[in-house]
Amino acid sequence: MLARRVRTAMVEDPAPARVRGASRRQRLRRDLTLVLLMLPALAYFLVFHYGALAGNLIAFLDYVPFLGITGSVWVGFDNFSEMFRDPAMWQATWNTVQISALQLLFFFPAPLGLALLLHSLTGGFVRKFVQSVVYLPHFISWVIVVALFQQVLGGAGVLNGMLGDHGLSTIDVIGNPDMFKPLVVGQVIWKDSGWGMIIFLAALHQVDEQLYESAAIDGAGWWRRLWHVTLPALRPIIALLLILKLGDILSTGFEQIYLQRASVGPAAAEVLDTFVYFTGVANGDWGYAAAAGLFKGVVGALLVYSANKVAHRLGESGVYR
Amino acid sequence: MLTIIVAIVLAPFLVVISTSLATPEEVIAKGGWVVWPDQISFAAYQQVLSGDVVTRATTVSLLVTVVGTFLSLLCTVTLAYALARPGVFGGKPVLLLVLFTFLFPPGIIPSYLVVQNVGLLDSYFALILPVLVNAFNLVVMRGFFQGIPDELYEAARIDGAGDLRILVRIVLPLSKAVVAVVGLFYAVSYWNSFFNAILYLNDSSKWPIQAVLQQYVTQGAQLADPSVAESASRNAPHSIQMAVVVLALVPIVCVYPFIQRHFVKGVMTGAIKG
Repeated sequence: MLARRVRTAMVEDPAPARVRGASRRQRLRRDLTLVLLMLPALAYFLVFHYGALAGNLIAFLDYVPFLGITGSVWVGFDNFSEMFRDPAMWQATWNTVQISALQLLFFFPAPLGLALLLHSLTGGFVRKFVQSVVYLPHFISWVIVVALFQQVLGGAGVLNGMLGDHGLSTIDVIGNPDMFKPLVVGQVIWKDSGWGMIIFLAALHQVDEQLYESAAIDGAGWWRRLWHVTLPALRPIIALLLILKLGDILSTGFEQIYLQRASVGPAAAEVLDTFVYFTGVANGDWGYAAAAGLFKGVVGALLVYSANKVAHRLGESGVYR
Repeated sequence: MLTIIVAIVLAPFLVVISTSLATPEEVIAKGGWVVWPDQISFAAYQQVLSGDVVTRATTVSLLVTVVGTFLSLLCTVTLAYALARPGVFGGKPVLLLVLFTFLFPPGIIPSYLVVQNVGLLDSYFALILPVLVNAFNLVVMRGFFQGIPDELYEAARIDGAGDLRILVRIVLPLSKAVVAVVGLFYAVSYWNSFFNAILYLNDSSKWPIQAVLQQYVTQGAQLADPSVAESASRNAPHSIQMAVVVLALVPIVCVYPFIQRHFVKGVMTGAIKG
């Protein structure tokens, strides 16, 4: 470090190395190009993220678009107290939590299982082929995924066609409120299990082969090796992903739900994000919808933060730090 | 086991492509879907592409994807590069500003208000600017740039190269994999997005293909295009719907194999360092 500093100091150099202790103005002059390079993206974040964050102010207003933020009446926490009394909002929260819980139970382990399955494959070509296939659905839009599922599981779709051909009774999956939540989770599993696998596969690569060998010598079978070698090696990454998922518990994929909400009705399909959209943009109740959105955002941020704290307590590195 | 998984992933694609290629008579005879067409016919594609709506929507999608991906990559590379240099002026607060957006993403309502106030409603740029830089992509790219050895920067600086020159001549040529992957992520998200169009573009004649598809396939609405709508009701609407699905699918499937091999390399370097 010191040697490098001396060397660069000796060379008379138009852009001196980044040395600590230089005054602010000197550093700005030295880094002017870099600062200019930052500006476009910085402007984006300031306008579309922090501008929007400031826009949450309307949660405390009886917001009328025509009057604008300055012209609308300040109502304090009225929107929030109305929200807490609104059964539709609680229904949406309940649906959201239910879908998230189902995802945690069924979708979360899917990529891990797939990774373990694929990791046990030795054949290079088969493995590459399977990987390419299972990654693909991640890149397909929700519109298309929903269309595909309708085509396969819908009333006139492939599944019911085959059931009918064999004289069996048909089952109504699409458009059935009782089946909505399992359907939605099934779609996520189909779409993103393969993609979620990447990170587990990479972690599996880093497990020391010698551990498996010595475990095998000690007489450990496949299950015991999985339990004592593989899973401990994956623990940090599992903890990390679990934290991310817990922080996300109030978001269940807006586009996916929005596309299928009409076919089963809001009682089964309304989640917090769609609730915000339909009360705000569709019904024009802006301040109220913003209050619901802000509530969701604050609770979500608290969830991420506390899940991270818990992970630190447990000795994992968590998302940040 | 893996064979079953591969089959479950691929089967829906097979059904959709086959149905779009089957003759209308076959589709009707088989009850609305076809696993393997007896006879291949491009009639559905001809009908779809002869109308205005789908051709126009495809053009909009292509333009938004190309322009959007370019602008997004430009802004992401420049900020990631600046933030990857240790001790850069303003680096710490700017990084915090970016990372905070992970914790607290803006909601739909405030985002809508911003787009409205900036005057982007009903403009094609409403499909690009509100999603210009993705914080995750930025962190991935910054992680990759940080992995480039300091000695290369030093050597270039001693040779008299400025920061911009170092970016263009040294950093970018070394970062083709990550630029390709992040570019793919952006392109896919632009191509696939439909909701911003529905939210920000009141004029549905400006809608991209996914928004049109959403109306036509999942809501069962007729295309607002007399020629197609008429023939659709006369013939098998299913093969036409499936042809639109395939059109929306084709670009993804075409680009995918080329970039796929960079996935792990490009994404993991960033994610681990992140």
